[in-house]
Amino acid sequence: MKPHKKVYMIAGYNTISMGTGRKEFNPKKERPGLEHYLKEDGQSAVSQIGGVTKVDEGVFGNFMASRFNKQAHLGAFMAMIDPELRYKPSIRVEGACASGGLALVTGIKSVLSGSAGVVLAIGVEVQNTVKAIYGADILAGAGWFQRRKEGQAYFFPGQFSDRAGAYYEKIGREKARLAMARWYRNAIENARLCPTAQEFENKTANLESQGLTEPNPKSFTAHLNVFDCSKVSDGASAIAIVSEEGLRRCGVPVSEAVEVVAVGHAVDDITTLPADPTRLDTIAAAVKKALTTAGITTSQLATIETHDCFSIAGILGMEAIGLCGEGEGADFVLAGHTARDGKIPVNTTGGLIGWGHPTGATGVHQAVTIWEQLTGKAGNAQIAIPEDRPYGLTVNMGGDDKTVVAIVFKKTT
Amino acid sequence: MTYTDRLTNVSVLGSAGKMGSGILLLAALEVADQMLKPENKDRHFVINAIDVSSAALPGLMKYIRAQVLKAAEKKVVVLRGLYAGRAELIENSDIIDAYVDDVMGLIRPSTRLEVAYESTLVFEAVSENEALKVKLFSQINENNSLQPWFFTNTSSVPIAGLDNGANLSGRVLGFHFYNPPAVQKLVEVITIDSNPSDMKEFALQLAKNMRKVVVPSNDIAGFIGNGHFMRDALFALGEARKLSASMPMPQALYIVNKVSQDYLMRPMGIFQLMDYVGVDVVRFIMSVMNPHMPAEDLHSDELDLMFEKGIKGGQFSDGSQKDGILKYDKGKPVAVFSSETGEYIPISSFAAEADIWLGSLPESTIPWKNLVKAADKDTLAARAFEAYRTSGTNGAQLALSYARRSREIGLNLVNTGVAHSAADVNTVLLTGFFHAYGPVNEFVL
Repeated sequence: MKPHKKVYMIAGYNTISMGTGRKEFNPKKERPGLEHYLKEDGQSAVSQIGGVTKVDEGVFGNFMASRFNKQAHLGAFMAMIDPELRYKPSIRVEGACASGGLALVTGIKSVLSGSAGVVLAIGVEVQNTVKAIYGADILAGAGWFQRRKEGQAYFFPGQFSDRAGAYYEKIGREKARLAMARWYRNAIENARLCPTAQEFENKTANLESQGLTEPNPKSFTAHLNVFDCSKVSDGASAIAIVSEEGLRRCGVPVSEAVEVVAVGHAVDDITTLPADPTRLDTIAAAVKKALTTAGITTSQLATIETHDCFSIAGILGMEAIGLCGEGEGADFVLAGHTARDGKIPVNTTGGLIGWGHPTGATGVHQAVTIWEQLTGKAGNAQIAIPEDRPYGLTVNMGGDDKTVVAIVFKKTT
Repeated sequence: MTYTDRLTNVSVLGSAGKMGSGILLLAALEVADQMLKPENKDRHFVINAIDVSSAALPGLMKYIRAQVLKAAEKKVVVLRGLYAGRAELIENSDIIDAYVDDVMGLIRPSTRLEVAYESTLVFEAVSENEALKVKLFSQINENNSLQPWFFTNTSSVPIAGLDNGANLSGRVLGFHFYNPPAVQKLVEVITIDSNPSDMKEFALQLAKNMRKVVVPSNDIAGFIGNGHFMRDALFALGEARKLSASMPMPQALYIVNKVSQDYLMRPMGIFQLMDYVGVDVVRFIMSVMNPHMPAEDLHSDELDLMFEKGIKGGQFSDGSQKDGILKYDKGKPVAVFSSETGEYIPISSFAAEADIWLGSLPESTIPWKNLVKAADKDTLAARAFEAYRTSGTNGAQLALSYARRSREIGLNLVNTGVAHSAADVNTVLLTGFFHAYGPVNEFVL
């Protein structure tokens, strides 16, 4: 999708990604629910655009509140954020872990259609309401339920463990494991620079050694350890999607906005298994659409936020995005190209493994991170944005490479 | 009879008690593992949860259900494989619920001993009363034609006496869990010469399947665990009595408790441990062991005095600590009992004076919770003892004499034939008492 008129994103905000690793997190005590995260997020975003009166529509990305929180109908939470939002249109969209990305796509379409000049997009998920072993059941809803029986206890770790096993066969286990451990190290080191990250307080000295912990198939999966996986997270992210008129109405200077130059949205058949488990073909298709539509190549990207729900997904993502050839993702990571001082800094606030993965919020969080980086608001996590590479890319994946939203952003001048 | 045959009908005597409930849980999980093997799908398994208290049985079943649920949640990866053939069980929650139902379906709560008449294996966890154990074993044995094996959880009563008393012809051995059985890794296995050889093999296999560390102990009252603990406790009481010549007894008890925890880097002080086990239980175990120790006097007048004044310790049903030698607030000692006045004296009233008497703790001494996580525990512990040797403080000197006595007790357990080796003594203290280093170590000299 190529916008036929200017579309911007402004006023990004992330709550803390709450879960194990944060000192505030105590699983034995009552914790904030959906309402808390939605209020904090929504109110913080609208405070940056001159108040709720500027909002025309709301769109909520959420995956499984209906099971994690026994709560559906999230669109109707918009007026809870502020009573002045009553009677404005608002919907909730769902596409598993790409729900946040779909919220952005929906908001962009609203702006392009002319139905709204300012859309408040919020992604939210509160998952620490159940133990991980039951959360695995809930998250398995991102796959085809007819295959749940044959799946592993930790369903999605199992799916990506199978991909990792195939990748070991393809390029050699040792190199793949080293690259996955490096991915983990990069994620945690970047998260340490971002106060809202779940791993912000991680003090482990030798991260790569920890990342190389041998997987245990008896208690988890055959090819992934827990450090290869994003954690269970509660959190929300918000951003405003605006037209040129909406930008003026909000009183936000264009220098504090990022421009949306292309969207690649692709889905694959949820009932099929991947033809080649070492490839993320839907990511490749969505990214290709986005880059082609934007008229740029990966060499013009200053930074990428990619969907590393598992370290292997991050590495395969590098290949699918086209940063390196098939089977070269591990070498690409081990060469340091994805580090924050590398050729193309990836997941500069930690990504899903380091920052956290409140599933329905992740797509929005990725956009907020790119917005922060391209507008110089990333604090200690700020990277340099070269003049000749003013673009950022987000890749948000739902399920096992089934729904993908890729968005190309451009730094404004 | 195969391993699985032996587990088809199991009884647990005293199953609603602190130890019995844990043993029932472990037995149920192991029997369930056998039941879920494909080759056993048509076999029938039973576990009789027997206790004299009818009122306690509902609570027991509730406890077991909660614990089985936790166990199921931990091993759901394995359970998915075991329940792969049940098409209707799809999500983890379905499988966990089915497993809990299956395990609970094995257990038959009862107040009647007669249900054990069809058992092939009987776990016993009733009170440390030799006559009671003999009576129960005899009654079951006389009415059970299956030649059942008896696994007693006694921590102090000699096995041979039970065997002879109940006329079991060697079909009894000590299978001594530590509290709480579901958590503590240690099982002391006490065999006697007349045990059938396959009984010993079964016991080792069972312990292995329960993921326990087995330490063999010879059949001498108290075995290794209580053999060390009771003498350690008596030494501590004796040291406190000596100190009380120059200070009030509560202050002396506080000092010895502090040295045994902070200086020796143990999980809790000796008097806190006695409260945890129960002052009355400690006293009772000493009384069981004492007749078997003609060369020693395993007895404490101090404990008698406390017991007479109603000091018992132990835990409430929710697991919280009852007051004993020490008084507790949120699990932490805040006062010490005075036998003289019959009242608890606040630690805050004498702690400063006591701490001056002790002197400063060397920097090389680290808290138990840090030491126990360290890779080089012995090296770090040795460093602390090196500092004690060069320190002239009362605390350091008391720590040295305490640790040396603990070592001596350990060596005596080997020399008197209770333990097969010093390594076994150390294993019991490391795994049964959560010490960070074994008592038999050169670095305490």
